[in-house]
Amino acid sequence: MNPLPPDWQNTFNAYNAALTRRQFFRQTGSGLGVAALSALLGQRALGAVAAPNASAAATLTTAMTEPWKIAPKAKRAIYISLIGAPSQLDLFDYKPALQGRFKEDLKGWLAGQGERLTGMTANQAAFPLAPTTFKFAQHGQGGMWLSELLPNIAKMADDLCFIRSMKTDAINHEPANQLVYTGSMQNGKASMGSWLSYGLGTLNKDLPSFVVLHAKHTSPFSNVQAISSRLWGSGYLEGRHAGVSFRSQGEPVLYLNDAPGIPRELRRKMLDGLGELNRRSYEQIGDPEIQTRTQQYELAFRMQTSVPELADMSGESPATYELYGEEARTRGSFASSALMARRLVERGVRFVQIFHRGWDQHGSLPRDIASQSKDVDRACYGLVQDLKQRGMLDETLVIWGGEFGRTVYSQGALTETNYGRDHHPRCFTIWMAGGGVKGGVVHGETDEMSYNIVKDPVHVRDLHATILHLLGIDHERLSFKFQGLDQRLTGVVPASVVKAILA
Amino acid sequence: MSCRSVVLLFPLLSFWPAFGAELGISAQIEFNRDVRPLLADNCFACHGPDAANRKAKLRLDVREAALAKEAFSPGKPAESELVVRIHSQDKDEMMPPPDSLKKLSARDKAVLARWIAQGAEYQNHWAYEPPVKAAIPAGANAIDTLVARRLITVGMKPSPEADRRTLIRRLTSDLIGLPPTPAEVAAFMADATPDAYSRLVDRLLADPRYGERMAVGWLDLVRFADTIGYHSDNPRNVWPYRDWVIQSFNTNKRFDRFTLEQIAGDLLPGASVETRVGSAFNRLLLSTEEGGAQPKDYEARMMADRVRAIGTAWLGQTTGCAQCHDHKFDPFTTRDFYSLGAFFADVKEPLVGRREEGMPVTTPEQTARIAELREAVAAARKNVAALATHIDGAQAAWEANQQASTSASKNDLPREVSAALKKVATKRTAKDQQTVKVYFRAQVSSVARGELDRLAEAERAQQAFVDGVPHCLVTESAAVARTVRVLPRGNWMDETGEIVKPALPAYLPQPDFAGRALTRLDLGLWLVARENPLTARVFANRLWKQFFGTALSRVPSDLGAQGEPPPNGPLLDWLACEFMDTGWDVKQLVRVIVTSTTYRQVSTATPTQLAADPDNREYARQGRPRFEAEGVRDAALAVGGLLSPQIGGPSVKPYQPDRYWENLNFPPRDYVVDRGDAQYRRGLYVWWQRSFLHPSLLAFDAPSREECVAERNRSNLPQQALVLLNDPTYVEAARALAARIVSEGGGSTAPRLTFAWDRALQRAPRAEEVRTATGLLDEHLRLYRADPEAASALLATGDLPLPVVLSAEARAELAAWTHVARVLLNLHEFITRE
Repeated sequence: MNPLPPDWQNTFNAYNAALTRRQFFRQTGSGLGVAALSALLGQRALGAVAAPNASAAATLTTAMTEPWKIAPKAKRAIYISLIGAPSQLDLFDYKPALQGRFKEDLKGWLAGQGERLTGMTANQAAFPLAPTTFKFAQHGQGGMWLSELLPNIAKMADDLCFIRSMKTDAINHEPANQLVYTGSMQNGKASMGSWLSYGLGTLNKDLPSFVVLHAKHTSPFSNVQAISSRLWGSGYLEGRHAGVSFRSQGEPVLYLNDAPGIPRELRRKMLDGLGELNRRSYEQIGDPEIQTRTQQYELAFRMQTSVPELADMSGESPATYELYGEEARTRGSFASSALMARRLVERGVRFVQIFHRGWDQHGSLPRDIASQSKDVDRACYGLVQDLKQRGMLDETLVIWGGEFGRTVYSQGALTETNYGRDHHPRCFTIWMAGGGVKGGVVHGETDEMSYNIVKDPVHVRDLHATILHLLGIDHERLSFKFQGLDQRLTGVVPASVVKAILA
Repeated sequence: MSCRSVVLLFPLLSFWPAFGAELGISAQIEFNRDVRPLLADNCFACHGPDAANRKAKLRLDVREAALAKEAFSPGKPAESELVVRIHSQDKDEMMPPPDSLKKLSARDKAVLARWIAQGAEYQNHWAYEPPVKAAIPAGANAIDTLVARRLITVGMKPSPEADRRTLIRRLTSDLIGLPPTPAEVAAFMADATPDAYSRLVDRLLADPRYGERMAVGWLDLVRFADTIGYHSDNPRNVWPYRDWVIQSFNTNKRFDRFTLEQIAGDLLPGASVETRVGSAFNRLLLSTEEGGAQPKDYEARMMADRVRAIGTAWLGQTTGCAQCHDHKFDPFTTRDFYSLGAFFADVKEPLVGRREEGMPVTTPEQTARIAELREAVAAARKNVAALATHIDGAQAAWEANQQASTSASKNDLPREVSAALKKVATKRTAKDQQTVKVYFRAQVSSVARGELDRLAEAERAQQAFVDGVPHCLVTESAAVARTVRVLPRGNWMDETGEIVKPALPAYLPQPDFAGRALTRLDLGLWLVARENPLTARVFANRLWKQFFGTALSRVPSDLGAQGEPPPNGPLLDWLACEFMDTGWDVKQLVRVIVTSTTYRQVSTATPTQLAADPDNREYARQGRPRFEAEGVRDAALAVGGLLSPQIGGPSVKPYQPDRYWENLNFPPRDYVVDRGDAQYRRGLYVWWQRSFLHPSLLAFDAPSREECVAERNRSNLPQQALVLLNDPTYVEAARALAARIVSEGGGSTAPRLTFAWDRALQRAPRAEEVRTATGLLDEHLRLYRADPEAASALLATGDLPLPVVLSAEARAELAAWTHVARVLLNLHEFITRE
């Protein structure tokens, strides 16, 4: 086919920008949430170089007005996901009165609770009450009771906001994790991080807006749950919003490293040649997808520089390692992941999720939870304090939690020193810090058994509404039409922002 | 209505006709096209089919009900409550209410008012009416006629026919999912006979790779995958079903038959291995092995999963909503949901836990061989039995001998045997007797031992043969079906709901079953009944999308109120009727589409077309979709000459980054890369691990297949660039293409480039492309001559061996050409169906 006449070509060029935007709009029913994207694309199309620091780019995106946008308290978030469900009874939810009721059989009491037990304990002959074997002490100005398992986290009690009244609908790991991280127990939904990427766009166009880190657990005994990429997938949202895993071994991002035998200078030349050929076919055909393709190759090329720079921690000071602990020098450790999370948000990544598995203590809980806690305690402290020292904590929301709670009765045999705990959906504890939440606060309360919530229940969807609120999103307005429905992270059952914990 | 409202509205209403014209509203409002989408999106959530959540007892989806509540006065917009409410600024009065976050535009409001002014007529929802086959003038092509009618209405003109090279590339890609070979292109371009194109279509439809191409979309729809999906995401045996889909398309199995075998292949009269493998459809859903998972929970999930599958794949209805409440936009009720689910309550399966091995999938020869082996086992058993009396006598003699002999020799016996022998025969327990018997036969009696060995060998041979035969999860009907209850708000713990029997959705046409109990066979027959208004439309709509890039009704999974009334309804209806009239002949429907002039248009858009119809909904040109994930892989392997021609078989594991599966557990797994031919199979054979789909497929929008998918995203992402540049599969394909360029493309650069372009793009390079490529080649050659190690490293990517002896210069040359090949494989043109 012959090239188009010049006047047609101009019309094409003018039209293409509009068309690309239109294609985005077509993806969504309400037209909400796409403005950030189209602005980003426009920005890319202009060939703008990477913003040298995140704040310049931030001005760009926050200046836009979308109907779902509200004043943000935080610009970014780090979610520390303890997969397996850490025991609230041994870490946060202090029940001293239980100490005198060791081994009391709760069988009759449980029957009155109307709760289905999991297949793992439903057939136990007895349900012996297992008080924690760990000591609790008061911390911070508010005299918050915290367990000896997390001595460093306890040191910063005044920075933390505990919700002791979390509850969920699921009793098994898979559906519970899906509910916490995608807002639904059904498959095919978009993860929390992908919603944030979709709604807020990116602050650094050389990096993904949602990054996932997988931290190693050190205990050889831990009961390690499997997790699926659907927890950070984009579901019905476009693939660009899916979490990108930064790997702790091999290349940090899949296929990031050039194939062997390709020196960098050649890579650039090859890319230029490719761009040249694509440009010519664009001139002939006028399909805007060709231009977008070229931009994606350029972005990939920039990621080849920005990601290794990120992964290279050699410039971190001894003081930093002092904060996070020496394990932060070991790639893939929780401490190293926490430090990486700080580096990521510092460079404008919107949402970082650290998965740390191994918190499913059905048996040998005292031994295993101690080792799990040791993995994360120091580095959690380091992360929050590091953010604080850098003046970033105010605009960074840190969330720490699992997918449900654990039972007050022992799974399997109970001895003076050993016990296990089964899954418990009716209450669990999480904490948050920074980004618009009050510090030194405990929200919600459970009964004497840490079994039922007696005050201020917070459903998982309320937590989602609150997280979105803090990041400047009205959870009812950020939606995407799919399967005939305006899909939202918080779904169709009403959810509310937990106002009491907002700073 | 209050007087105040009328007064306020009056000035606005007096402008009505002009106001509407300015907003581009049709003179004649059509309910299905103009009004239903507005009401559905803005009103039905509270005033629609869902009775439980209906506000003010008002429903607007049924005219009589709306009139009964005086929602509007036909012909009198100014006196209509609806019009007042949508214009109201009063927060308590305005509709939609502010907290709904819904908002009508000025145009929407004008449409509603004009509709009422014109009498507020309703139409039944378009997709629930039987499709009507438009009359087409004799000799005219129906598709072209109906497209042209639309184009005249909207004032557009069709595009010219694409050139022959584009046509054969397009057809080959659309029908077999691969690029054509240069020879095929040359032959077609040289073929001056008038029926050259239709013979090309026939050749491709007869190609066994047609079935592979067609299978990809179907496998998405039915969420085919190699693993169970939840938690441990362990493997299961289902790949024979994938091959059944391929074969069904290749043998052009009628679509009604194709449907029946999947839903009720086990219940069909004359059910065979083939129809039973089809019934694997009912087993493709997600299942769990999670410790502590509650059977009732997963029973409810699995039932809902199946209802959604029928909704997406056959009915084009979003049924999922009705798991918890009546559908808010469509007349699909909660009762319909659970009654549809009840059709599957007879499917035998563990609710929680490991799936069974499945049915041996045998060829007739294998079936005969198994029968032989079974007979051999029976014969060996008979021999053992026949010898029994003889051996019993020998055993008695041996026992007597043992009891009489010295204690020393008795000590050689196993303790339990000698213990048993110490007892008097009458005092021995049944266990003692068995112990002695087994010991004697296995260890003492040579006659017995020989016969027992022969029996064991026959059994082993039979087992080994059966184990070596593929197995597939299939549907087996349990004698007693599970009880299905309506679950209030979808809560599986609430067992207060009404018990339901299998029943078809009440709002759709169906025969009078006179109270007979229904089975999956009835469901299957109803799906493909002539009276079912949905199935044929849904299939034709998807097929159209496959050949044009956009569907006739925009959302292929939703032909309900939240979907789109097709702009060219008569065309969709014609295709649906034609499909049924030809006996659900899929190849015929494909042929009708691809031989139309509409299909053969160019895909380049003029600025006028782009402005008037940016999304190509009127088909005044062809679309330019990017290849699907599998197509990207297949194209690279094909032009590299690596692609394995094998059709079917177990799924394969191509190169994958290390530790990509590190988050899998129960048990942890290593990914073992396949070697040899298995490395070079088409994308549809790649191992489909639901929780961690192969990252190269994922990057190109292949779905994880956890849910039924009727339409993939087509994104354009940096990850795609990284895959095409660095995944060893693509580097190796480039290396293989380079080897062919160097060995077959002639001695100098120019003919080699021509060869390369011909292989990859089936066209000659343009002058400026030759310049760019030559420049790249020279630079790479320079560098690799200076750095032979880099050349060797590049050429070592992938399993493909190098020619045994290769000089340093030859290596540099091959490495440099590998980069030229890489450029070609990374071109947008290479992965685009033009």
